[in-house]
Amino acid sequence: MTRIGRIVFLAACALVFAFLLAPLLVIVPLSFNAEPYFTFTEGMLRLDADAFSLRWYRQVASDPVWRRALGNSLAIGAAATALATALGTLAAMGLAHPAMPARRAAMGLLISPMVTPLIISAAGMFFFYSSLGLAQTHLGLVLAHAALGAPFVVITVTATLTAFDRNLSRAAAGLGAGPWRTFRRVELPLIAPGVVSGALFAFAVSFDEVVVVLFMAGEAQRTVPREMWAGVREEISPAILAVATFLIAFAVLLLWTVEWLRRRAGGPVS
Amino acid sequence: MAGRGATPPIVVIAGELVMAERASRPAGHSTRPRLRAASLVLPLAAFIGVTFAAPLATMLARSVYDGVVADALPETLALLADWDGRGDPGEAVYAAAAAELIAASDDGTLGRVATRINRVRPGMRSVVVRTPRRLRDAPDGPRRDALLEIDAGWGESESWRAIRAAGERWTARHYLHAVDLDRDASGAVVRQPPEERIYVRLFARTFAVAGAVTALCLLLGYPIAYLMAHAPPARARWLLALVLVPFWTSLLVRTTSWIVLLQTQGVVNDLLVAAGLVADEARLALVHNMTGTLVAMTHVLLPFMVLPLYSVMRGVPARQMAAAASLGAGFVHAFRRVYWPQTVPGVGAGSLLVFILAIGYYITPALVGGQSGQLISNLIAYHMQTSLNWGLAGALGGILLASVAVLYLAYDRVVGVERMKLG
Repeated sequence: MTRIGRIVFLAACALVFAFLLAPLLVIVPLSFNAEPYFTFTEGMLRLDADAFSLRWYRQVASDPVWRRALGNSLAIGAAATALATALGTLAAMGLAHPAMPARRAAMGLLISPMVTPLIISAAGMFFFYSSLGLAQTHLGLVLAHAALGAPFVVITVTATLTAFDRNLSRAAAGLGAGPWRTFRRVELPLIAPGVVSGALFAFAVSFDEVVVVLFMAGEAQRTVPREMWAGVREEISPAILAVATFLIAFAVLLLWTVEWLRRRAGGPVS
Repeated sequence: MAGRGATPPIVVIAGELVMAERASRPAGHSTRPRLRAASLVLPLAAFIGVTFAAPLATMLARSVYDGVVADALPETLALLADWDGRGDPGEAVYAAAAAELIAASDDGTLGRVATRINRVRPGMRSVVVRTPRRLRDAPDGPRRDALLEIDAGWGESESWRAIRAAGERWTARHYLHAVDLDRDASGAVVRQPPEERIYVRLFARTFAVAGAVTALCLLLGYPIAYLMAHAPPARARWLLALVLVPFWTSLLVRTTSWIVLLQTQGVVNDLLVAAGLVADEARLALVHNMTGTLVAMTHVLLPFMVLPLYSVMRGVPARQMAAAASLGAGFVHAFRRVYWPQTVPGVGAGSLLVFILAIGYYITPALVGGQSGQLISNLIAYHMQTSLNWGLAGALGGILLASVAVLYLAYDRVVGVERMKLG
């Protein structure tokens, strides 16, 4: 590339990164706006301390609706993650086994919740769970979110298992360990990073999921994204930006954890 | 987070991963290991079968099966089966209908029956609902007279054809409606009147938006993937983190950000006004329309393009471009003949992924799309929640699902689902 070509190329890349990050970067300072506006006030641009405040954070923190939403999100997320991780890890062990019959078909079924458009899953679940009396219950949402999160566990654990040396299992068996003992003492510790990052994905899926919640949650099951949806649709208030900033921080934390696990696992950097 | 309010975060390492068992030889054909492997998969398969696949199946079943009218008016329908569809169906039909409508009113199914007939022939709902109540007070005598007395609509053959159509247990009606077709009086398939042809256009718009978003993602994603793939490792890691932060950020947060940025009194318009590019009274409408949908969807889906491109490009030695240049090729020529062909697998994987996710999008168009930016998913939600036409919602969903399934199979063939990687 010529020098000018290279400058143009780098400028274009800078613009794309700006496009990726600007929305998030703009939201963070705006959440400290002392005024109920969605744009920078003159005081903010002058970096006037009075133009910034924590009022929206205080409002969110003291609002029983948001507190209940956070409680719901954490409880449903944790339960769905536990279920998805346990079932997903087992399934991935089976799928990675050389003797697994009908692997392609099984993989197709297990992945299907991930590729099906959420609106279709949500609509179907709404009818089915209603008929079982599970709509508008926490249990119903846990089951639904576990189904949506499990494919992510299957994929991360399967990826970890590709680097797993099956001879280790054979050696453990040869030394007299039963399947459960082999799993607990040999296999699980080696695939643990994959299991944990799968669990984080499953949690993130549940924590961010709103379509199924829109269809299935009653007043008492509303989660954080559901309240954000209501906030954006009905009365968009800067309090939303405070919640958004909190969620961005949460995302950075999750990302950092997953990357840390990946490096620990020594897997391919991606 | 993980981008799935509507989006699974999937990254493909094309060509890097080889499944371990492919490297080793299959362990014979004895049944026990097969059973053991299958028994590990079974719990999740059963779980997904019950919590996900069964709900999906019942939803799709609704698009072809509806027994409400058939269960409520069995005798009427049996008699109508022999009617030629023209003129008066005869007193026997009137008598059966009168008796069965009263029975439906008594057991509380009348409202549901009326809604379904109304869908075939708008306006019938109130007639059907009103009829049993008035019939109770009607004098004895032929039921035909009594029904015509209640509403002249009972004398029209269209009404009876509507009941007959609504009474089909198994029906292709919803799928016909989903592609703007209908049956005429003689049962032939015809196009809907022009003002009612909305779904084909909406499917076309959904595919066009998905295509445009895919193209935009490729245009924006290719250069930065190239930059990342050929940067020194430390810098590449930083750049990658910049792509992954939005990827892990809640979909709702990202959508909200775009509303805040793009609204009339928002940051982008403020900047344009301050820069003197736009007059204060002529601020641009950037959100709650198609522009908003395109911008926000491109932003949400861009990482799904960048990450597969990045993993493929890392396998292409940068030296090849230098070699091509030293052999006298200009940059464009070298890129076109040497670099681009080697990245085509990544382009294919990323594009299919973005396209699959885009055609099923719901949240972003619902929040930033306004009227003109609505996609097929939004209409499915409308029929689910507002018009309560679940059969049609099921049919639209079935068509959407079939499109996704075809693309998924293409993806599996191009990339291999087993090689999917998250991150």
